[in-house]
Amino acid sequence: MNLSDSDIQTIFLTLKLASTVTLLLLFFATPLAWWLARTKSWLKVPISTIVALPLVLPPTVLGFYVLIAMGPNGFIGGFTQTLGLGTLAFTFWGLVVASMLYSLPFVVQPIQNAIESIGERPLEVAATLGAGPVDRFFTVVLPLAKPGFLTGAVLGFAHTVGEFGIVLMIGGNIPGETRVVSVQIYDHVEALDYAQAHQLSAMMILFSFVILFALYGLGRKSSLLNIFTLKGRGQ
Amino acid sequence: MSDNGLQVKLSFTYPSSNYSGFSLDLDLIMPSRGVTVIFGESGSGKTSLLRCIAGLEKISNGQVQLNHNTWQDSSHFVPTHKRKLGYVFQETSLFSHLTVKQNLAYAIKRSTEKHDPKFLQQVIDVLAIANTINKYPSQLSGGERQRVAIARALLSKPQILLMDEPLASLDNARKQQILPYLEGLHSEFKIPIIYVTHSIEEMIRLADYGVILQAGKVVAQGNLTELFGNIDTPLSLNQDLSTVLECEFVQLDEKWNLTQVGFDGGLLWLPKLNNIQNKKVRVQILASDVSISLVAPEQTSVLNILQVKVGQVSNEHKLGTSLLVLYIGASQIVASLTSKSLSELGIQQGDTVWAMIKSVAIVR
Repeated sequence: MNLSDSDIQTIFLTLKLASTVTLLLLFFATPLAWWLARTKSWLKVPISTIVALPLVLPPTVLGFYVLIAMGPNGFIGGFTQTLGLGTLAFTFWGLVVASMLYSLPFVVQPIQNAIESIGERPLEVAATLGAGPVDRFFTVVLPLAKPGFLTGAVLGFAHTVGEFGIVLMIGGNIPGETRVVSVQIYDHVEALDYAQAHQLSAMMILFSFVILFALYGLGRKSSLLNIFTLKGRGQ
Repeated sequence: MSDNGLQVKLSFTYPSSNYSGFSLDLDLIMPSRGVTVIFGESGSGKTSLLRCIAGLEKISNGQVQLNHNTWQDSSHFVPTHKRKLGYVFQETSLFSHLTVKQNLAYAIKRSTEKHDPKFLQQVIDVLAIANTINKYPSQLSGGERQRVAIARALLSKPQILLMDEPLASLDNARKQQILPYLEGLHSEFKIPIIYVTHSIEEMIRLADYGVILQAGKVVAQGNLTELFGNIDTPLSLNQDLSTVLECEFVQLDEKWNLTQVGFDGGLLWLPKLNNIQNKKVRVQILASDVSISLVAPEQTSVLNILQVKVGQVSNEHKLGTSLLVLYIGASQIVASLTSKSLSELGIQQGDTVWAMIKSVAIVR
């Protein structure tokens, strides 16, 4: 193994991006998953559909519209400019926002499934024992839905590591800012530098294998790895 | 707290879109002591009633009041976790991620009442769950789970304990194991209990007061002995019509292994009972086990013969069968006899006759 400095830089950037996206997604996806799991509103179906869209859309399509939205005249761009942050396109945080949208269903759906499979009863029980809503979430929902949260976190992380198209659309190829492993591999191949491409690609395969292996091990117990079937319940 | 202040008042209609045609329409005052059994067939609304009391169903048009606390009326709704109640669900409801000990601690931690370790020990002893304490719910039997669930509900020190068919998910053998614990609950912990069931047996064993629900409406209510002494009580299991009497120990006949007990109006011989000296005995007499004689019976094998006054007569209550309500003291006994016998004996309301009771079942 002789990784170049720029290879190592991209690896760290990729890990930083994936960690940031995963943490933020857990924070934002949980209330969304909670709402989707428990609402009886007619909005459930349209919202679920929108959340699931990144599963089927080409990353370029999503990236294209996010790019426009982040531009000076887009609604995200307008917002960030008012905050004095400039525009997000071709920045690390632009990548974070785009990746969050792109990986959203991979985090929302396992959590939603887990919450749905808990059902109402444990929450009702906790309420009769004097536990308020916040208390119920932390002492009942979180521990009982733990496999769902784990699955969501791992899938969200792995999926962010593995993205390429949306990175190119939003981030371009700026070393240390937006150049992640997948883009670096593309560059190596373009430069006919196959040895370097091999190294990074092999690492990605190994990484993905380990992640999925761990996930299926987890899934055997909780059978929550039905994300691709879009099933409503986790059991 | 005044003596008669603890009351549960309910009045609401329940036309929910989820249940087509289902309604709960009642205005009910239940006693705030002892065990009140809400009896009804499935679909009668008894579970919904209990859930409304607990605030688990949010009914817009409702009023729930326990003692002097208003839990719900037109202007406000106290959420379940702020109502001081215990709830035992029909099926297992223990937190699967917590051990029995942690399940119990969950209740203690959130109780607003003062807790001393003695109370915990008492609850554990009364429900006999000491050997389950470090196990997870999945390692317990169905009966043990329900006992732990009851213990957990008690440990939150509620003002009222609501139980929704806690035995329905258990087989008969387990039921018989748990019933004695339930009987002990009220006397041990002095907590009012609202107990929902569709089992006549559970009602007879547990109830002090009964409420009978049919299609979301209250069709009868009263003390257990009143309910069972009244032939108009629409207990759907009318084929086994019976009377329930509360008795007290009188004497033991060692020679013949019999126990004599007294009720308000007379005495009864029962098989020998051990350890009942200070306790009350509740007995059940099937209407079909009571026969009538117009003269004082002599030379008969029946031990329990009571002189009674005929009250209400229900001719042809069922095909070929008529019912009599018999008064003795302040008590009532229901007898069923063939309409043929009734007609041939010419029994009329107000007659004095002799009731021969062939068998008396000890309920508790």
